[in-house]
This record gives sequence, structure tokens and C-alpha cells, in this order.
Amino acid sequence: MTGYDLKIWFVIVVLGAGTYLIRWSFLGAIGNRAIPEWASRALRYTAVAVLPAIAAPLVVWPAATDGQMDPVRLTAALATMAVGITTRNVLLAIVAGMVTLFGMLYIWA
Amino acid sequence: MTFPESPPAVTPEAEPVLTPEQRRVLARSPAQCIWHGIVQSLPFLLVLVPFGLLFGVLSAESGLNLAQVLGFSALVLAGASQFTAVQLLSDHAPTIIVIISALAVNLRMAMYSASLVPWLGNASPRQRGLVAYLLIDQTYALSIQKFEDNPNLRLDQRMAYFVGTAICSCIPWLIASAVGFHLGRAIPESWALDFALPITFLAMVAPMLRSLAHMAAAAVSIVAALVFTVLPSGLGILLAAPLAMATGAIVEKRMEQARARQ
Repeated sequence: MTGYDLKIWFVIVVLGAGTYLIRWSFLGAIGNRAIPEWASRALRYTAVAVLPAIAAPLVVWPAATDGQMDPVRLTAALATMAVGITTRNVLLAIVAGMVTLFGMLYIWA
Repeated sequence: MTFPESPPAVTPEAEPVLTPEQRRVLARSPAQCIWHGIVQSLPFLLVLVPFGLLFGVLSAESGLNLAQVLGFSALVLAGASQFTAVQLLSDHAPTIIVIISALAVNLRMAMYSASLVPWLGNASPRQRGLVAYLLIDQTYALSIQKFEDNPNLRLDQRMAYFVGTAICSCIPWLIASAVGFHLGRAIPESWALDFALPITFLAMVAPMLRSLAHMAAAAVSIVAALVFTVLPSGLGILLAAPLAMATGAIVEKRMEQARARQ
């Protein structure tokens, strides 16, 4: 087993255990005690805080173009957001983004 | 002298008015509740299966083997955080950053856990342990809606419905990841699948932008992540995410105060 393999398994096991503890927290240990207001306020924004932070650098400086800004990928990202915001449908937004991406790649290349 | 017989006392509270649908739901046996949970989860497969396939594809491209893909999908069982971990692993981010970032994605599940306590808190410890393992976006969303619409369901009916949604979400998730892994090794690099991850994340986020607070949080997250790309791999997310969460919380509080003043 290589070092990278070990690292991956370590991440899987620790992430699995940590995620389980998060899910088990209130059902298992804390029970009916209320979450402090500031915490529940902040928790509401975890997804919109983390996912764009991961996506943004990949959109603006894509690895596939060696970090060069790329009009094709920028447009595809904008199309995804636009469809996602207007339809509130995750699947439609993904389809719109991928169609834009492949369409423009076809025209451009 | 006789008094006219008084009509029997009718207390409307004693016999709550149930819609026909609610009556049907209450009459179901646990086995029927499991089946009902499975059937109501079916439409979600339209999102879950492609998402699982994509996880397998990207994992294969990041150099994971099949056992690791299944390890992620069975032990972590949380789509967005699995994508996050694999993305950061392929960036060669430090292990601790991979773990903290992916855990941050799952923090919202503490809220799910808390909001299920009134409905499933009286189940046995073993059952609650099982619910915790199977608590994902879809099982939560479907179950909480069912419980709130039908507050008179018995505990065994609620547990059964939850298990039904889990059967129809978690098993397809595992299968789709494995199938995706095999597809991934067959897909040529010219397909630009590197971009599937950002598109999927944006597609997940866009429908969440329901309020000014959500939009402000997302905007701060994007700007901060772009500014912090000068930092070592993955560290930017660790700084951008708390900043964005704080922004969302503060904007929400301000808006509540503004409404209260009106």
C-alpha cells in the first residue's frame, strides 16, 4: 500500500467517524436540549459557505487550462447558477451547465 | 317532571379532524410504511444516481481504487463532503485540511439530528444509532415532512418510513459510486469532466440562495476563496467558510432586527 493509499484510508475512516458523530450528536447524546441561537444561525449557512469556496477557484482558474482563466468554463458556471436560481432544480442546473460546457467546447475547439 | 334528554357531549378536541390522506397514512402497518418510504424516495434517484456516478468517475480520475470509493460511500455516506475530500486529496492538500473541510460540509447534519429528536428521540439507542448513520439530506427532508404532516404517526411507523427512505437512497448511492468508478476509467480526458465538480456544487448552491443572508454568505465565500488561493492548498476554504457562515448569521440577525422595528 502506498503512502497516498494510506492517506486516503485515513481520511475515509476519520471523516466517516466524524460525520457519524455529527449526525448522532442530538439524537444520541444531547437529546432535547436546544441548540444555542448563534450556533443554529451559523449552521444554516454551512452549505452556502463551504461549497462555493471549493467551486470558485476551480471555475476561475481551472486545472484543465493550467490555471488560465477560460471563457468556456466561466460561461458554463454562470449558466449553472442562472438555471439553478430560476428553476430551483439541482438536476436541471447540472444539465444546463454541462450542455453549455460541451456546446462551447465544441464550438471553441 | 322530566327534563328533555340532553344531547351527548361532543368535544371536537377528542376526535381531531383528519384528512382522508392522513387517515390512510395512520392506518399503515410498519411494513407498509417502509414500502411507502421507498416509493416516495424514487423521484430523488434522478439526482442521487447521477451524483453517485459522478463521484465514482471523479474518484477514479483522482487515483482512488474501488475499495476506497466504496469505503467513502459506505462509511462517510455524504455526497458533498465526499466530493470535497476527493477534490482536496487530488490537490495534495494536507490530511488535516482535507478532513476539517469535508467535516465542515457536514456540520448542517447536526441541525437535522436536533430537529428529529422530537419525533424519534424515544426510539431505542440502537435505533437512534441507525438513524444517525442513515441521516442524509434526502432521508431527512422526506422524513421530517412526513412526520410534520402526520403528527399522530406512532414511533414504529416513523422509524419504518425513515428506514424506507434510507433503503431507496443509500443502496443506490453505493451502487452508483461503484458503477461510476468503472465508467470513470473508460471516459477519455477530453470530456472535460474536471468541470463536473464545480458545476455540481454550483447547482447545489444556487437553489439555496433563498434570502439576502444566503446570498451574502455565498458571495463572501467566493471572494474569500479567490483571495486566499495564494495560501497553501485547502487552507483558503478553512478561512473562507467561517467568514461566510458568520456573514450569513450576521445578515440574518440584522434583517430580523429590521423587521422587528417595522
